[in-house]
Amino acid sequence: MSGASRLPEGPHVGGVPHNDDGVPEPGEMGGIPRGPEAPASRPPVVHALRDAGLAALVALGLFVPLVGLRTDVGPSGGGLILRTRWADVAILVGIVFAGRLAMNLWSSLRPAGRPRTARRTAQIARIGTFVAPLFLGFAVLMPLLPWTTRYGLDLGVLVLTYVMLGWGLNIVVGLAGLLDLGYVAFYAVGAYTYALLSTTYGLSFWVCLPLAGIFAAFAGMLLGFPVLRLRGDYLAIVTLAFGEIIRVVLLNWVSLTGGPNGISGIPRPSFFGLSFSAGGGPGSFADFFGLEPSPTHRAVFLYYLILVLALLTNWVTLRLRRQPLGRAWEALREDEIACRALGINVTNTKLTAFAIGAMFGGFAGAFFATRQAFVSPESFTFIESAIILAIVVLGGLGSQLGVAIAALVLIGGFEAFRDFEEYRMLVFGAAMVVIMVWRPRGLVSSRKPSVALGERKAISGDLVGEGHG
Amino acid sequence: MSAMLQLDNVTSAYGAVEALRGVSVEVNKGEIVTLIGANGAGKSTLLMTIFGSPRARAGRVLFEGRDITAMPLHEIARAGIAQAPEGRRIFPRMSVRENLLMGAQAFGVDPGPGLEQAFTLFPRLKERETQRGGTLSGGEQQMLAIGRALMSRPRLLLLDEPSLGLAPLVVRGIFSAIRTLNEQTGLTVLLVEQNANQALRLAHRAYVLVTGRITLEGTGAELLARPEIRDAYLGTH
Repeated sequence: MSGASRLPEGPHVGGVPHNDDGVPEPGEMGGIPRGPEAPASRPPVVHALRDAGLAALVALGLFVPLVGLRTDVGPSGGGLILRTRWADVAILVGIVFAGRLAMNLWSSLRPAGRPRTARRTAQIARIGTFVAPLFLGFAVLMPLLPWTTRYGLDLGVLVLTYVMLGWGLNIVVGLAGLLDLGYVAFYAVGAYTYALLSTTYGLSFWVCLPLAGIFAAFAGMLLGFPVLRLRGDYLAIVTLAFGEIIRVVLLNWVSLTGGPNGISGIPRPSFFGLSFSAGGGPGSFADFFGLEPSPTHRAVFLYYLILVLALLTNWVTLRLRRQPLGRAWEALREDEIACRALGINVTNTKLTAFAIGAMFGGFAGAFFATRQAFVSPESFTFIESAIILAIVVLGGLGSQLGVAIAALVLIGGFEAFRDFEEYRMLVFGAAMVVIMVWRPRGLVSSRKPSVALGERKAISGDLVGEGHG
Repeated sequence: MSAMLQLDNVTSAYGAVEALRGVSVEVNKGEIVTLIGANGAGKSTLLMTIFGSPRARAGRVLFEGRDITAMPLHEIARAGIAQAPEGRRIFPRMSVRENLLMGAQAFGVDPGPGLEQAFTLFPRLKERETQRGGTLSGGEQQMLAIGRALMSRPRLLLLDEPSLGLAPLVVRGIFSAIRTLNEQTGLTVLLVEQNANQALRLAHRAYVLVTGRITLEGTGAELLARPEIRDAYLGTH
């Protein structure tokens, strides 16, 4: 849009610049000072020093109460004494000053050329065409590689679960533009559906998997109806509440769900009727194929199971994007009023987005239940919703590859920093800030047209507007 | 002959504020009818009321003899009325082609003829076919909005201020495209405009709306000649 608004468009009605599609100008976005916009009258070094000084001042204001002052229990055992740590404050403020100064100088020295985001978007689009098959190849071969440990395999299963959840939520948030903070509810519905059906009626995993999806989709519709008229912030709050309601119901409906004790002894899945029992007795997987019984078989099987489920999610999403329904979702994200004007049934479009997104959450939930063999409400707290949403947002709304990479980085990163448990959240927060500063529209922020003649041109997310859900 | 679109004593309101007070408007088949009026006169409300949002509080809206007053929005669109909404409202992140396809998709019609019509009417859109809607200029976006509305092969086209925020030369191009459409395909057009001068030149008939009531009606040329119109909407200079 920036290109269009720079063209002379005649007199503006009412003196207000006409920009009614809600697309921000490049300078409006993120509030990050850009190099070329620095006042030209002042030399860059002076400006950088001034700016860094201001940042240091803000840091000082923050760190004096946060770090500088500390209360300890007094030596006599009673009462508190105030300790001051001015040296630490000075170090922190110094770091902020130096960092900000370096950032400013770097951006003022950078040669002015094509906007860097545009250049980077082109690069990422090019890399993406190689990286996606590479990732897929690695994912398929991972369990067969000689140096893959049992731990690596379990981590792979975990990452893939989140990739699948991210792709599922991406349908709702990325494609249809409906901000859903309670996605974990559908994960929980899927998990409990499988847990209850298998322990109560003895149904097998393969029968329960579609049922879990159907129940979760039904829950999605249930959520969809009351929120049809809501958008943006209001929608987010109601979906957040929905997620909590499901969790609280699971916690308190003791006669059905076992309450806080959860449900244990959930049957494990079988491979076409062949079980993965550790003993390797008759009718087991190891016995049938004449292998040495090993617990790794089940891990490998679970890995491929979630890989197939995740790829199914991806495949369905990619297919739907090319179908009228997927296009209607994207149009809904862009402009709901225009959709109404074009005779699109907005109600049905929103409900299908909720239902299909929820269905994949339900599949993932059933998988979670069978993998853990135990479910309890503790696994379905708000933080799970937040992590899944973070994966989608950091990956770039609507981008399948971006979501996969973000899941790998976030979940894998969590595990990698397990030794530094106390600092994990700090690193996590810093990573988010860094990504939002450098790539404000997510790691892969371009969108290729779903329908194109001949060449498909990707375009940077910076150059086009955001949907207002 | 009964009119294609008939608004019969329609009253429409936002909460307690009445925007239309007993408005009767007729649009005959093959006509271009324009509705002019100052800011806040209720012009856009009238178009939106035809489309069922807001619903008419009183009175009836008839389209080709059918009462569409209480029809669900998407069914009104399916009855053969298309709308290019105020402010164009194209989908900024979708390509020009995708934007056009969106116009046909709710109706299950073959998009082929619509695409061809849009591209012949506005060759500019053909040039920009793979470009993102949000990167088009204002005039091109308006072309796209009209082309998109035509994709459903409507019999009546509602246009809400197509000249909004556009350069005079671009406005002239858009208006001449509307005339071409009307002459060649017999499309019926109801046009809401602030740009009274050009709208009256284009239209066969016109209504003047003042604070929710129709105060004048006549042919475009008649209204152009009336002194009170010249003073109020055209400027005397």
